[in-house]
Amino acid sequence: MADLYFTEEHEWVSVNGDTAIVGITSYATEQLGDIVFVELPDIGKTVKAGDETAVVESVKSASELFAPLSGEIISANEALEDAPETVNEDPQDRGWFFSIKIADKSELASLMDKEAYDSFVQGL
Amino acid sequence: MRYLPLLDEDRAHMLKTIGVDSVDDLFTDIPKCARLENGLDKLPEHASEPCVEQHFSELAAKNINAGSVPFFCGAGAYRHHIPASVDHLIQRSEFLTAYTPYQPEIAQGTLQTLFEFQTQVAQITGMGIANASMYDGSTACAEAVLMAARITRRSKCILAPNLHPHYAQTTRTLTHTLGIGIEQAATAIGADTDVMQQIDDETACIVVQSPNVFGEVIDLRALADAAHAKGALLIAVNTEIVSLGLLKSPGEMGADIVAAEGQSIGNSLNFGGPYVGLLACRDDKKFIRQAPGRFAGQTLDAAGKRGFVLTLSTREQHIRREKATSNICTNSGLCTLAFTIHMALLGDVGFRHLAKLNHQKACDLADQLSAIDKVELLTPMFFNEFTLRLPKSAHEVVENLAKRGILAGVPASRLFGEGIMDDLLIVAATETNSDIQLSQFATALAEELS
Amino acid sequence: MSMNAKGRPTKPETSNISPQFGSALLQEEGLLHEVGHCDKTGVDMEKLSGRTSRLGYLERSEATGMVGLSEPEALRHYVRLSGRNYAIDLGLYPLGSCTMKHNPRLNEKLARIPGFADIHPLQPTSTVQGALQLMEELSHWLLEITGMQTVALSPKAGAHGEMCGMLSIREAILAKGELEQRRRVLVPQSAHGTNPATAAACGFEIDEIPANAEGRVDWDVFCSRLGPDVAAIMLTNPNTCGLFEPDIRKIADLIHEHGGYFYCDGANLNAIMGKCRVNDLGVDAMHINLHKTFSTPHGGGGPGAGPTVLSSRLADFAPVPFVKTGKTGKLQLVEQLNDAPDSFGRMCAFHGQMGMFVRALAYMMSHGGDGLRQVSEDAVLNANYLLARIKDHLSPAFSGTCMHEALFDDEFLKGSGVTTLDFAKALIDEGYHPMTMYFPLVVHGALLIEPTETESLQSLDAFADTLCELANAAKSGDQERFTQAPVKAPLRRLDETKAARHPVLRFQENLQNT
Repeated sequence: MADLYFTEEHEWVSVNGDTAIVGITSYATEQLGDIVFVELPDIGKTVKAGDETAVVESVKSASELFAPLSGEIISANEALEDAPETVNEDPQDRGWFFSIKIADKSELASLMDKEAYDSFVQGL
Repeated sequence: MRYLPLLDEDRAHMLKTIGVDSVDDLFTDIPKCARLENGLDKLPEHASEPCVEQHFSELAAKNINAGSVPFFCGAGAYRHHIPASVDHLIQRSEFLTAYTPYQPEIAQGTLQTLFEFQTQVAQITGMGIANASMYDGSTACAEAVLMAARITRRSKCILAPNLHPHYAQTTRTLTHTLGIGIEQAATAIGADTDVMQQIDDETACIVVQSPNVFGEVIDLRALADAAHAKGALLIAVNTEIVSLGLLKSPGEMGADIVAAEGQSIGNSLNFGGPYVGLLACRDDKKFIRQAPGRFAGQTLDAAGKRGFVLTLSTREQHIRREKATSNICTNSGLCTLAFTIHMALLGDVGFRHLAKLNHQKACDLADQLSAIDKVELLTPMFFNEFTLRLPKSAHEVVENLAKRGILAGVPASRLFGEGIMDDLLIVAATETNSDIQLSQFATALAEELS
Repeated sequence: MSMNAKGRPTKPETSNISPQFGSALLQEEGLLHEVGHCDKTGVDMEKLSGRTSRLGYLERSEATGMVGLSEPEALRHYVRLSGRNYAIDLGLYPLGSCTMKHNPRLNEKLARIPGFADIHPLQPTSTVQGALQLMEELSHWLLEITGMQTVALSPKAGAHGEMCGMLSIREAILAKGELEQRRRVLVPQSAHGTNPATAAACGFEIDEIPANAEGRVDWDVFCSRLGPDVAAIMLTNPNTCGLFEPDIRKIADLIHEHGGYFYCDGANLNAIMGKCRVNDLGVDAMHINLHKTFSTPHGGGGPGAGPTVLSSRLADFAPVPFVKTGKTGKLQLVEQLNDAPDSFGRMCAFHGQMGMFVRALAYMMSHGGDGLRQVSEDAVLNANYLLARIKDHLSPAFSGTCMHEALFDDEFLKGSGVTTLDFAKALIDEGYHPMTMYFPLVVHGALLIEPTETESLQSLDAFADTLCELANAAKSGDQERFTQAPVKAPLRRLDETKAARHPVLRFQENLQNT
């Protein structure tokens, strides 16, 4: 069973063992509007927590996704390249962006759980 | 003053509505020390239309315009005939005085013509897609290099030795600040294919011009293969777009990006500008994402009718700011319109006829000039421009022939500086040259050299 | 029905059908590639002699795929398309920061004189003395207006001019041996996107300065960001909120004290000509958009021209080519880098946008020094009059007067269900081009209005009445008028998501109706 975490950058992080799958929250997709393009990281690339790792674009905006945790990129959701609308349709499942092999599990402590994220969003 | 509609009584009424006493009350944020109390009193006062016209006529009379003499200059700008209807259409208020089409509901005229332009450019270059134009060919070339560096994530760029020197210098200026390393061997006719030896695993792109600055037509196929074998891209540069009516297209020969000058179609010489830069590339998402400048794209409106919009603008500076693919904030709007209209009038049939006619005129001229004693044709494989070696300074010959009323071409020294190629003359002929003008030139050159 | 002798009706029957004004003059028109034909041409040329080409296997073997039109068909195609464009000549074009003023037709006429339009950039300079003199005269006017030391004429547009200014600054820093150290360029948040994009293209890092509550540079933040690693500040003045930066001289002095340079974005020069000179404000480099201030046509998005004035601190680093007077009094062109050892290089082929130089100089001479000052005064007066007329109906972003443009936020639309975009699109149905929207980024739902000096009082009053009426309609809950707008334009709102998700960037046979 995976544990779900969130960041202040409106990313969700689903952790299963030492693997984390990353995507953006429904709140983020509502703010962005229609997503028209997604740029994914190269597989095998090593990232540090906070690095710009992917790009998500709507018609009039471009935003970066930051790596929520340090580690190695082990997969990317290539289906998004041809169907970026998936992120709008199903942000927290089929609309995932990439997965990381977690280098340092202690970094999880800096992420929010669902409850904390919900109240964070309410405060915006 | 004829361009200012306000009357003094209007101004008084407006100041009253605003609630200030004088117009200067609206300028009080200007620091006192910087205010110009007497305005621009060192400049002349306003002038009537005939007065201004008179002054410009006098200035223009000090220039010799190409159409008034036998004229053979090229080297990146070419004199072609422009149908009268082109200039009429681009002066329509709705095209001339419109802004960038950011409100597509009331800018379909501009947007649809841009879409037609992009289609024509893609068709003649043999590439998948083209953008809505750049400033000119030289800046398109620099942008193509930056684009190739982003696509390949490499930073070495090799320029062919006979790339137009203005293009090479522009490319250096606009890319070196981003860490692009430019390599270029010394200029030498016949040496362009040598760039193959310089390609390595760090090479982002090779930039090869065909026809090159001396007029030589280059077979790009082996160059494309050599670049691709090392994961590098081939940028094909073209400064005389009419040549593509007769030559195999760069796309067909394997080019990845084409950077070209489109002035020859629809646009006057204008002493160097405004011109229209063409940028075309493979129809590949990775390429389109990294392309500079504007794109018009097809879509539907709320009622399901076809229409066009500026699209993919997240690459551009107004959204991406410091992360934009380029700082460019314009295209050559009206020049692209002139290009599109002229090209639509030509059509495939006319475009290819025009190219053949240019080649034929240049072949005839080359025959006549190279028959002169001690004149040597250095570039047998040419389109409408070729290079001659003269028995004396080409600069001197051009100056002397100008005094006799013939503009005989561009001395290589004008482009490369005095010293190394003083005896080389670059000569272009187009459909605007009559057969009589060709023989006038040959006769005058023979006399000048005898 | 009344008939004349030939049975021709001379009086229409009365009818209840509401008129669709103009649609009879707005014919449907397909794409060139649908209306043209691959065997058609509208150009007659000399016959070919049948001579074989020198090109052998490099000769094209296939057709290009292009289509052609005869001349009457071409005229009809493009004239019909032109009818789908809004234009200055049709009505007020209040795009803030774009300066959509009248484009005098004398300028078009002069630019087409063969002595300017039909001369080659590489003809012997002895045969183009008039063109070089024109460039010198244009330079003289630009330098008188700005008080600066020199001007680089070659930049092809505003953003290219920014590049020219920033590369001059980079070269000056390099000459002092400080390039390794000076990496940072300060850019206010309200800046046009080209400013950070240009600084980044020149290899600098961007440091954004927020605006204060009055829409100006936040002085304390500015001071705190200064240091030995600062290369320059890029500041628009008057700024994109339509306000003059009153601290500008202090900003210039302080940046100079710290060894940096002051780049001023000249997009809004139209507000201050003849009122002050940027050299007296401490500016080191500024591009001038000839297509804004000096009325060269926007042409549906170019071509522009961006001559860049430089202070004495930067003059030596200007790009090639430039004009100089030779020993015999003849004008010459310095084109080789060897002849200009301190120059940062070349920015484009040839000498710049000559066609635009002709138009801009004609504009300046027509106005004269007195008229140019009047231009700025009237531009500022018109903007302030409009502001005064509408400020109680819309919500001005800042209190007080403005320069040549007035900025509003979307406070007045709060609770109406109408967005800035809807409001702007509703203007289209009233026969106006929308104002600049969502820029600058410093206020919410920005609407930036620049009427320019070439609008009459009657035109401003009519526009003000329309804006007030629309604002009141939005507040009174007539939401559909806005969210559905435009309904009277040739097309309804377009699907930009579709265009961006699955780009169709050229004509394709099988995609004509999707």
